[in-house]
Amino acid sequence: MRNTKSDFPVFAAYPDIAYLDSAATTQKPQQVLDAAAHYYREENANPLRGLYDLSVKATDAYENARIAVRDYIHAASKREIIFTRNATESLNLIAYSWGRANLCAHDEILVAISEHHSDLLPWQAVSRETGAKLRFLECGKSGLYTEEDLRKALTPETKIFAIAQVSNVFGRLNPIREFAEICHKNGTLIVCDGAQSVPHIPVDVQELGVDFLAFSGHKMYAPMGIGVLYGRRELLEKMPPFLSGGEMIEYVTRESATFAELPHKFEAGTVNVGGAVGLHAAIDYIRSIGFDEITKHENALTAYAFEKMRGIPHVNIIGSEKAEAHLGIITFTVDGVHPHDIAAIFDADNVAIRAGHHCAQPLHQYLGVQSTVRMSLALYNDERDIDLFVNTLKTVRRRMGLE
Amino acid sequence: MSENFYNEVLIDHNLHPQHLHELPGATCSHAGMNPSCGDEITLHLTVQDDIITDGAYTGVGCAISNASADIMLDLIIGRTKAEAAHLTELFMKMIGGEITDAELDELEEAGALQNIAKMPARVKCAVLGWKTLRYLLDEQ
Repeated sequence: MRNTKSDFPVFAAYPDIAYLDSAATTQKPQQVLDAAAHYYREENANPLRGLYDLSVKATDAYENARIAVRDYIHAASKREIIFTRNATESLNLIAYSWGRANLCAHDEILVAISEHHSDLLPWQAVSRETGAKLRFLECGKSGLYTEEDLRKALTPETKIFAIAQVSNVFGRLNPIREFAEICHKNGTLIVCDGAQSVPHIPVDVQELGVDFLAFSGHKMYAPMGIGVLYGRRELLEKMPPFLSGGEMIEYVTRESATFAELPHKFEAGTVNVGGAVGLHAAIDYIRSIGFDEITKHENALTAYAFEKMRGIPHVNIIGSEKAEAHLGIITFTVDGVHPHDIAAIFDADNVAIRAGHHCAQPLHQYLGVQSTVRMSLALYNDERDIDLFVNTLKTVRRRMGLE
Repeated sequence: MSENFYNEVLIDHNLHPQHLHELPGATCSHAGMNPSCGDEITLHLTVQDDIITDGAYTGVGCAISNASADIMLDLIIGRTKAEAAHLTELFMKMIGGEITDAELDELEEAGALQNIAKMPARVKCAVLGWKTLRYLLDEQ
């Protein structure tokens, strides 16, 4: 793959940084920054309602972004693409809109134990409100969920199952297509959190058979504040609006309203056109390089880091012992050193990594670790970043007075 | 952050804490939580006639929260509640970057944490033990 670092202005501003926190957010290429700036410079108006040329331009920019997203995840219709702020808002939308309308006491919600808080807390809230029981699908210590585990966990009462395609802690790819099939045989819907998969591997919602898919733009080179909810049309049609206000109505009287058609029913208020245009540019950017190149590059770098880390005493990798089961994410601990102190030492050496519970506290409790450190990759990383990371990792215990 | 941020005082209190243990006979205890990382430190004090005669902490924390709690206990054991409350306010002032040199002297070894003021992400770690102390003093 060609060297892409020069596409990202942040690396000109911070030439020495090894940025290894892309699972939290990615850097933005010039192409994305230019597209968003171009929109605000030349096409900005309030879209969808304006009766003049500039507003039509803004509407086109926004709706073209929707078509780009539809094609990117292979949805059947652009009406199935709802723009939100981020994956968190998308998941909240499903829980509050679908959950409140469809769940009652005696029903069950099944959530994978490794879910990010954004795919757990909305379900906790809906469970409290509706009386539906919240249950967990547990994984092995390596982060593996088997089809057998899922079959056993489903009951006739399980109405919905929520799981990430790639866990933000393990980095492991879950067999979503098989899980969707098992769920549907049981009459259960499947919600897939794609925040860590959609930026890195080709995702085809029809092939996977998921009912809902949520992801964030900012983890895939787009600006912050734009996210996507994909939902199967029959489901979205029947769901009540999540937020209400402008742009999402057809006709309003003093007491009632009829709502706009999909997808506008779920996009209340003035939308984030600049963000959507940025996301469109990010999709074009990813496509210009191609997933063949991206996954090959990211997998090779992950394997390179993994092998070096395994050779360092007192470093414990969380999850699978195989590099190929880590999709650009390696979470670890160092014996005797608290993850926040590890992060501070990395920071001193200009290596940006994440420490804490990664918004997955129940998983950490389940694994019996207080907190962990995570390094995560994107297409702009190179071997030099990994070498800097590994060199610092080797010094952590000595610098904490342990060796 | 500089290379030597983890100075000898911090490293030493983290590796060889004097006050990390249970405290039988404690007259009060409180669990303080750092919401940004889930770390929890429980502070135990024995207070007799307004004087903190003994103290200890238990739980899991990072080097900064452990060392800060350990240094704090060194400083407050044997002092009155009012003196401990005064030191707590001085510590908070130091972390806020507003302390005078004279006040810094009063904090003795706790001054080793002065540079935390420049690391917003770690402020919660440094003040965890002190906030728990403040809670216990206010409660009495």
